[in-house]
Amino acid sequence: MNRFAELLDRLSYEPARNTKLRLIADYLRRTPDPERGWALAALTGALSFAHAKAGMIRALIAERADPALFAMSYDYVGDLSETVALMWPSDPAQRANEALSLTDVVETLSTLGKAQMPAQIARWLDALDETGRWALLKLVTGGLRIGVSARLAKTAAASLGGKEADEVEILWPGLAPPYLDLFAWLEGRADKPASNDPAPFRPAMLAHAIEDRDLATLDPADFMAEWKWDGIRVQAVAGADEQGATVARLYSRTGEDISKSFPDLLAALRYPAAIDGELLILRDGRVQSFNVLQQRLNRKSVTPKLLAEFPAHLRAYDLLAEGDADLRELPFAERRARLEKFVARLGEPRVDLSPLLPFKSWPELTGARADPAKGGAGADAEAVEGVMFKRRDAPYLPGRPKGLWWKWKRDPMIIDAVLMYAQRGHGKRSSFYSDYTFGVWKDDGELVPVGKAYFGFTDEELKEIDRFVRRNTVERFGPVREVKHEPAAGLVLEVAFEGLQRSTRHKSGIAMRFPRINRLRWDKPPRDADRLETLEKMLTRTTARASGDPESTGFPLVRE
Amino acid sequence: MRAEDILVPTPSGVCCKAAGFHIDPTRPVEKALITHGHSDHARAGHGAVLATQETLDIMRLRYGEGFAGKTQAVAYGETLDLDGVRVSFHPAGHVLGSAQIRVERGGMRVVASGDYKDVPDPTCVPFELVPCDVFITEATFGLPVFRHHDAGVEIAKLLRSVELFPERAHLVGAYSLGKAQRVIALLRAAGYGKTIYLHGAMEKITRYYQSRGIDLGDVELVRGAKKSELAGTVTICPPSAMTDLWSRRFPDPVTAFASGWMRVRARARQGGITLPLVISDHADWDGLTATIAATGCSEVWVTHGQEEALVHWSRAKGLKARPLDIVGYGDEEEEASDEAQT
Repeated sequence: MNRFAELLDRLSYEPARNTKLRLIADYLRRTPDPERGWALAALTGALSFAHAKAGMIRALIAERADPALFAMSYDYVGDLSETVALMWPSDPAQRANEALSLTDVVETLSTLGKAQMPAQIARWLDALDETGRWALLKLVTGGLRIGVSARLAKTAAASLGGKEADEVEILWPGLAPPYLDLFAWLEGRADKPASNDPAPFRPAMLAHAIEDRDLATLDPADFMAEWKWDGIRVQAVAGADEQGATVARLYSRTGEDISKSFPDLLAALRYPAAIDGELLILRDGRVQSFNVLQQRLNRKSVTPKLLAEFPAHLRAYDLLAEGDADLRELPFAERRARLEKFVARLGEPRVDLSPLLPFKSWPELTGARADPAKGGAGADAEAVEGVMFKRRDAPYLPGRPKGLWWKWKRDPMIIDAVLMYAQRGHGKRSSFYSDYTFGVWKDDGELVPVGKAYFGFTDEELKEIDRFVRRNTVERFGPVREVKHEPAAGLVLEVAFEGLQRSTRHKSGIAMRFPRINRLRWDKPPRDADRLETLEKMLTRTTARASGDPESTGFPLVRE
Repeated sequence: MRAEDILVPTPSGVCCKAAGFHIDPTRPVEKALITHGHSDHARAGHGAVLATQETLDIMRLRYGEGFAGKTQAVAYGETLDLDGVRVSFHPAGHVLGSAQIRVERGGMRVVASGDYKDVPDPTCVPFELVPCDVFITEATFGLPVFRHHDAGVEIAKLLRSVELFPERAHLVGAYSLGKAQRVIALLRAAGYGKTIYLHGAMEKITRYYQSRGIDLGDVELVRGAKKSELAGTVTICPPSAMTDLWSRRFPDPVTAFASGWMRVRARARQGGITLPLVISDHADWDGLTATIAATGCSEVWVTHGQEEALVHWSRAKGLKARPLDIVGYGDEEEEASDEAQT
């Protein structure tokens, strides 16, 4: 338990992905089976037992601490588990730290009755030190929340054997904690665990963003184009298990099983196949905005009402397998032809084809991208994020191979805003002011903050802004500095973003989606920056095209 | 004899009217008795200062020769008679030269403990329990959530990180008087033999510790080192330097901070610390309460920190207890920010 607690402790402070990976990999390497397997299960969210409630933890501490001291402590620390972990009365000399393992905890919890839980947890708390108690309470209350995704933990595990995360991801549905077979394979002590999963994930193929200079070198005749839909990239897989029953699963782009959230769509996958497509919400045949889709996500339970109001739909891009045949080696044009036949045979209204965009020249495709409504998307134009074009002869390869698939997003919206506050970053950026809050002018001549951006600039530009912030600080609030922002003095940032939506959390009443710094406008005085009015107009023009804040969904999906 | 006939609390420190001295006054006074060299307790500009030799030396290093009109050094355990008031200094275990001050008159014993800790520290004389009637205590970590545990565990955490990230530099934020040297000594005790680098602000005090016979091994200023040489090394610096331009000379630094405040996660996160080390030169909750009980005092005065909880605890134990509301203690930590940028 000690090492696991130490790992969680360290991870909880660490913002950098690579550092987290190394910390987890180091732990897995140093820790024997089955302990490390249970840790991997905890990190990937694969542990299941009845969780302790906050009320129980409160009751435990109430029996052991002066209520006034507890109240003062809780008020100071601000987190129940942490307060209890720290003030739990225990005698270091009496502790048998080494003896308690994560394995003990997990195995005991899985068989423990609710009535025995408080006494058992108290015994464990007595045996652990501060960090151990904190980790135990996190574990038993069911919320690690240490900024580690299941994908990251699997990537770390894969690195033990120099493998890619996708290889582990493919095996994952067939594995169970404490993953002895997985570690044996990763450490070269055994063969790869056999995957007899009837509906496995296949690593997704991703596109590169096209640049103007790339376009000039490409021959339109080599490519097929389609819309890039503003939903969630998924893989829908169906197969038959040993008894012949159909097993259907829906995976995110990174291979996380998200089937539970979409039972309505799963029912439509009747034939064995693997479809790469976009998850959308359709109402009366019309694609709804990402904002609407978002309301279907993040729900603990999928109620009949939710299913009726937000019917899930799969718009198919590609066919990776059909029956027993793996189609990934075939050229895209051939896979596409098979996909068309397959979707027709399925005859399922919840699954349709992503239509191809006929084009003979790049200007023609540019036109469709600029105006999807006229370019063929019609009423669904608002759900189009841009266009995709794929080489006719491209096989389906995992990852982001160069030159085969291209994405070409619609032009972002752009405004000129004034830098108001800057905050220090984390990790490599901890000495730089790298997170910027910017604002636009209101009618009364005041600046109102409209967003925050922390990327889009080059390292060189970061240094320039950092210098500007340090020289123009008006006030300091911990890691945040307010910088000079007057009509005649300040820094104008050209901010690009993908959309706007109404927000009650922001003073301006507007929230931006994917804001980033496009350019630094050293040449422009702040008084010439944009006004809130301009954003209001953009909002009414484009409400549906883009709304929602993918940063805050918390759903384990990465949008392509 | 009442305690107040010996020492009177004032907003700028406790005062002995009979002998005309203050203890750790926060404004210039005629006669000052100083417990230790941290700047919130030891200020420049007093007429006369009575303190241990180390504390006087440290004040001279920080403020220059003319930091007081005149000075007098006192040894631990030596008793002085100041106008009928008996005064003696006893080890406080906080930093080099730190003392508790025992003041006695007419059989009434008051101990002003300054800042103290009751755990081993290789860089200073261990805390001595001084029985008394009135115990004046700090309460920097006066909440039951502050449990500092064994500093060796924290040093092991640091060394494991150094081993795991050999291509990165480790910056350890530490207050320049006491904590910095203790961290170095603890690293040595854990068997770390490599050169330890120092921020310029740490130099004078660290060299002084060495001159007093405290073995810190090979310690060098980081000033001249190349970026590539700093991979896999440990550098001790003021906490504020870690987020300053100064930190850019290091390869992808890991930011550690050695402080009792690191016990509370939100505190570490606010500072952008990724490797918090719970190492404190103050007594933790268990240390404060055990010490109060062991002095045998019947009355507790609490100078600064989380007074409320400690006063509550003392009263629950049947002791008289009061907060003193002295303004200006507990600021040593902020002080480092304006020190040299080198």
